[in-house]
Amino acid sequence: MKFADFVSPEAIRADLEADDKEGVVREMTSALMEAGKVAAEEYESIVKAILKREELGSTGIGRGVAVPHTKHPSVENLVGTVGVSAAGVDFASLDGDKVHLFFLLISPPDRPGDHLRALENISRQLRDETFCKFLKQSKASQDILQLLEEADNNQFVS
Amino acid sequence: MTGDRLRGWQSMRESRATRIAVVAIEAGLHARPAELFVRRAQQFASTINVIKERQCVDAKSILNVLSLAAEKGTVLTLEAVGEDAEDAVDALAELVNNGFAVDETRNQEQSS
Repeated sequence: MKFADFVSPEAIRADLEADDKEGVVREMTSALMEAGKVAAEEYESIVKAILKREELGSTGIGRGVAVPHTKHPSVENLVGTVGVSAAGVDFASLDGDKVHLFFLLISPPDRPGDHLRALENISRQLRDETFCKFLKQSKASQDILQLLEEADNNQFVS
Repeated sequence: MTGDRLRGWQSMRESRATRIAVVAIEAGLHARPAELFVRRAQQFASTINVIKERQCVDAKSILNVLSLAAEKGTVLTLEAVGEDAEDAVDALAELVNNGFAVDETRNQEQSS
């Protein structure tokens, strides 16, 4: 699976304003709502489900990266977006570091394989330090989109 | 006697162990089970690799374990080298084969 298969370009945010976990989840879910990927009436339900998942254990997987996610019956396909926080957010990460790079995923409950393949793509690409560094330095959503496209074209990982 | 003990000690320190495990968890090794797997792996001193077909990754790195996209039914080879190699592959194989049942229950208890 490629980034283009699940990341909504209009929902990418290079300048997250939130400074805590719930704020980031709300900001990114709003971005998906504004992009028409999630229904307005499902917004609260989705935010709550993502935060509930965080209670089980932080999705801050280290290297300044977090993958907040949930299954939700209101989506028919896997939807996701990318957010960057220049200041970093305390996300209770596994390694304790602040998180600068967020991949938020919402998947249909009956498609665990798609979710797994999206995680596979994100984690595989992020193993490349250059890709990781460039994403964190992105100042505009267009920069992020371009990096994701380059990653999809295997310019970072052979 | 002393020689035997020394040899035994040396082979224990350098021991290598391998186990095959089949992913039992319905949703595959997604973020939560991958995290539990990595945390368990980190409890051992041995170097541990997880192998899926031609991919071989560090069992102590969540980015690496997630990049396997190990779905239900995936056969994983666990390989450890070090003084606690046997214990390490036993513990990890049990986690994978049993679908993380023990830990999921523990988490539910904690969160309720």
